[in-house]
Amino acid sequence: MIVGNQKSLAEIKEIVAPYKNLLILGCGTCVKTCFAGGEDEVATLSSALRLGFKKDGKEILIQELTIERQCEDEFIQEAAENINSNDAVLSLACGAGVQAIAKRFKSVPVMPGLNTTFIGILEKQGLFTEECVGCGDCRLAQFGSVCPIARCSKKLLNGPCGGSKNGSCEVDAETDCAWQLIIDRLKALGQLNNLKAYVQPKDWRSSNAGGPRKLVREDHII
Amino acid sequence: MTSDSHLEKILEQGDFAVTSECGPPRGVDPESIRKKGELLKESVDAVNVTDNQTSVVRMSSLSSGVILKQAGIEPVLQMVTRDRNRIAIQSDILGAAALGFNNILCLSGDHQKFGDHATAKNVYDLDSIHLIQTVKQMRDEGKFLGGDELKGVPRLFIGAAANPFADPFDFRVLRLAKKVAAGVQFIQTQCIFNMERFSTWMQQVRDRGLHEKVHILGGVTPMKSVGMANYMKKMVPGMDVPDELIARIKGVDKEKRAEEGIKIAVETIQQLKEIEGVHGVHIMAIEWEEMVPVITEQAGLLPRPEVN
Repeated sequence: MIVGNQKSLAEIKEIVAPYKNLLILGCGTCVKTCFAGGEDEVATLSSALRLGFKKDGKEILIQELTIERQCEDEFIQEAAENINSNDAVLSLACGAGVQAIAKRFKSVPVMPGLNTTFIGILEKQGLFTEECVGCGDCRLAQFGSVCPIARCSKKLLNGPCGGSKNGSCEVDAETDCAWQLIIDRLKALGQLNNLKAYVQPKDWRSSNAGGPRKLVREDHII
Repeated sequence: MTSDSHLEKILEQGDFAVTSECGPPRGVDPESIRKKGELLKESVDAVNVTDNQTSVVRMSSLSSGVILKQAGIEPVLQMVTRDRNRIAIQSDILGAAALGFNNILCLSGDHQKFGDHATAKNVYDLDSIHLIQTVKQMRDEGKFLGGDELKGVPRLFIGAAANPFADPFDFRVLRLAKKVAAGVQFIQTQCIFNMERFSTWMQQVRDRGLHEKVHILGGVTPMKSVGMANYMKKMVPGMDVPDELIARIKGVDKEKRAEEGIKIAVETIQQLKEIEGVHGVHIMAIEWEEMVPVITEQAGLLPRPEVN
């Protein structure tokens, strides 16, 4: 899922301060799952903002709405009336959701209530970890399904640097050394030979380094 | 010979090589580099110029190396892949060769978290093994990574680092083998304080026959004090400083601890000379360059041999 984290109340207050009628728009998929932008978070944030502005002696009318996905037209249209009847939208979706709404409602300011952090998983209660950078050319088969691009601090492709110690990364003892994980797993799978071959420098064209990406699916074009 | 490197000649004629290093200044004064160079000049065969080591901004290794060359010292250009993409790296390799550099040391570099610009974005377009392969391809095939032909090739003696003290231990020698396959010709190891582990690693190196394909220079760092030993043990990534070593330095009077550190460094060199496959030492006397002549003298490494 795409993992996000809600911005601080102070930052959100500053962003929405110019507006009197505000729609707080939640997203019911990824950011709901990571407890950052679903229906519950919309309700909690709305209450906190109402209370915060009241204390400051400022009036603001907050409307709450959560749609299934802010990145799909089918669901975005469900929010059209609410969006058009407010001065601004505070979107609790990921960056893609915020921009999808903004593209479709040109005269309404749309602002982010979250910091979109990474593509990751809920590793355990209260802990989300980054697993993928969306580089557009997946090599997980070669590396025992542990991604060195997303999970090695130096994105090394030919083995661990000299800072790997007791399974930890030199950058942070709390971070696993991706290469230790790759080696352990390939060993367990009997595929350690995978690592003998020289891995060529990565072709970054398929990643964001090549500029904004588009995916054209001819088979879906009507 | 693959280059005009003095270091390559020393190693190829079978002499035990000595290299050291010089950290560029955090300012524009060239005098500090000359001073360090002068301290090392008669005691070593080549001097590494570090490339923003520990991610702290310093004068570039390329320019500092030129200053060393002007003082008649052979520099080993350290180059990390942390700060440059493949375009900038190849461009700097061409520039280095044009300026008369003969040696390059290919490194990934310390993560920016450890430096004075933790907010920086790193590059890591290439890793250290890619860098080795890049230099080799430019030199031996006359081709850029992109495939185009070079007009004049960089004749560089290719080095890299190895850390026998990092984990996973068993993979360390495999990684060295990958570096050798990519084209590395000499290796400078991480500082050796744990001789037992280093010897085990060297055994693995010999078992694979790698000692016949690459010149290994053992890393030696003299400890100035108990404080320094503790700092290196706890704070410097990839270091293995056994408690017994710290206890040995602690065991002598405070004013004699630096002397004890030198003594340990000399003993380490003498042990390294006896290990099959170790072809030299790399002395990293951090901000203590004046001790390199003392260490090399006591270890019987002076005068440095001539080359034909």
